[in-house]
Amino acid sequence: MELIKLHGIEKTYQMGDISVPVLKGISLTIKQGELVALTGSSGSGKSTLMNILGCLDRPSAGEYWLEGVETSKLSTDERALLRNRKLGFVFQSFNLLARTSALENVAMPLSYTAEPLSDSEIKKRAAEMLGRVGLADRLSHYPSQLSGGQQQRVAIARALINRPPVLFADEPTGNLDSRTSEEVLQMFERLNHEDGITIIMVTHDPKVAAHARQVICMNDGLIQNNDPVVSPEQKTPAEIS
Amino acid sequence: MRVLTTARTAFTALRRNPLRAMLTTLGIVIGVGAVIAMMEIGAGSKAALNKSIASMGANVLVIRPGSASSGGVSFGAGTTTSLTPLDCQAILRECPSIRNAAPMVRTRAQVVYGNRNWVPNTIYGTTTAYLDVQDWSNLALGEPFTERDVLNANRVCILGQTLARELFDGESPIGKEIRIKNIAFRVTGVLSTKGSNMMGFDQDDVILAPWTTIKYRVSGTTLANSNQSTASTSDSVNTLSNLYPADQTSLYPEKSSVQQANHPMPVRFANIDHIMAAATSAAEISTAIDQITEVLRERHRLQAGEPDDFNIRDMAELTRTLSTTTLLMTNLLLAVAMISLVVGGVGIMNIMLVSVTERTREIGLRMAVGARGRDILRQFLVEAIVLCLAGGAMGIILGHGGSLLVQFLLKWPVETSPSAITLAVFVSAGVGIIFGFYPAWKASRLDPIDALRYE
Repeated sequence: MELIKLHGIEKTYQMGDISVPVLKGISLTIKQGELVALTGSSGSGKSTLMNILGCLDRPSAGEYWLEGVETSKLSTDERALLRNRKLGFVFQSFNLLARTSALENVAMPLSYTAEPLSDSEIKKRAAEMLGRVGLADRLSHYPSQLSGGQQQRVAIARALINRPPVLFADEPTGNLDSRTSEEVLQMFERLNHEDGITIIMVTHDPKVAAHARQVICMNDGLIQNNDPVVSPEQKTPAEIS
Repeated sequence: MRVLTTARTAFTALRRNPLRAMLTTLGIVIGVGAVIAMMEIGAGSKAALNKSIASMGANVLVIRPGSASSGGVSFGAGTTTSLTPLDCQAILRECPSIRNAAPMVRTRAQVVYGNRNWVPNTIYGTTTAYLDVQDWSNLALGEPFTERDVLNANRVCILGQTLARELFDGESPIGKEIRIKNIAFRVTGVLSTKGSNMMGFDQDDVILAPWTTIKYRVSGTTLANSNQSTASTSDSVNTLSNLYPADQTSLYPEKSSVQQANHPMPVRFANIDHIMAAATSAAEISTAIDQITEVLRERHRLQAGEPDDFNIRDMAELTRTLSTTTLLMTNLLLAVAMISLVVGGVGIMNIMLVSVTERTREIGLRMAVGARGRDILRQFLVEAIVLCLAGGAMGIILGHGGSLLVQFLLKWPVETSPSAITLAVFVSAGVGIIFGFYPAWKASRLDPIDALRYE
């Protein structure tokens, strides 16, 4: 089933009198249950594409269907609701709230849901989610008391608290050492494999992209190649670059 | 998002930087504290001020007889003999707005003690109620005369400070005998100093004595001679007969029984010069005037349409001063209060703006996970209001404590003012909303992408 479908997406930034085209007509399809890596050199437009995919930004032209809904014409509030229900975000710098416990960090998106949950249910769900990322014994720890890998796992739990079908990860391993990066990527694979969550990662690290089953490489606002990878285990970094 | 959750989020956010939250609220704490302290101390001073102005006689009403005229010649105000001591008693009994009333008889005569003499400004014949009406109950020395002295026309008197000085020159006058028009009076007390009144009239240059004594023994005015304007200050030679009530000649031709049935005239045993009455408060004065008018018209058997045979005068000038002072005081306090609250509010706005900038990434994150602009607006607004209300609460405690301290240390009068406290709560919440709105609005307008990337 097609989860995401882009057709002729363009994005042009206006810098005074000069208009700078960043995306120059992107069309792509991502199926449900995919694990996609979005790569490309800096300035290639991958972050802009990510923002549009994540409904944080609106394309200047083109159409974007998410689960069969055309989102490029939605209002700011409607897009916020969409992000809350269907999309999860993981950032390079974790973006956890300081001096706020892991549990409260994870529960934070629930306070913006359309139908409010009871306090006990919020707590239960957040604890359950932290258990799934292997942090069941760290519920009341503050981010400053957690390692980088643990912080990123809290961020993943937060992204998944509303059970979204899609998870966006913007350089998820950029601030982590190689061992914890591996842990996080394995967690992505497990989530993708066991729960069928579609994961889209933006990365410029070939080792990270190697975990993906589909690699979209961008160059100068266009998709250069879109390789469906048959088996990620067989891929070597050399073959992708 | 529910209010409770929002409030909890606000508390969590504020707890992250307690020192800064404390310093931010300090502006409001000081502002509200100043308001509360000013209001309480101000209310106390106002009450004290009101009391001191009231002691100048702002509550006092003077009831004088109307003017008499004969053959087209008017004798001026206070020349009829329409008021009696019984009128005074009736006013006190039947007017609920009157605190006390005293009948007044006045005369002017030379006073002698030993080799000294003096002519006081006025010699008042009255009852002990006069001291209460004039707020003059604290005597400097001795005691006032009694009701019994009034009933028996005893020759006792209280001296004003000027007289005590002029006649006794430092000697204690208590128990000494002075002579007024050759009649010996025993001094029972000395009034406290009151100073000049607004017209420059020395209020201490006075002698108070039972009205019966002054009326029948000193001035000797009777119904027969008192409707001449000069009668009460007559300096006719005193004779023994003046020591005792004079025979009263009848003022009107004797009435037939038919006339008496048609026009019943109250039998008057004595007339007085005027009545001084004190209203229960300055605000009650107009009610008191209406009540007195009704009582006196009925007692004087005045038909509808007939003019009053008396005048009631209030201390309009004093009353006006009183209300102007009160208004001025209130406005002054309000202005000071407003300035300190605005300063506090600007402090809140400043820190909220810093907070919005500092937490740009948090705002971006919240927007990315689905917070709408209005959720962010509400969050920051609630934070500002929580800050202000917390500051307001602390300010109330601080201000109240401060005013109690002032009362304790400086012995200033202080009055707890629940209205000031309510006002402070609403104003601090209002300050939170007004000065918290701009930063909150700014936060809600942030672009999530820029906010997430903000360093």
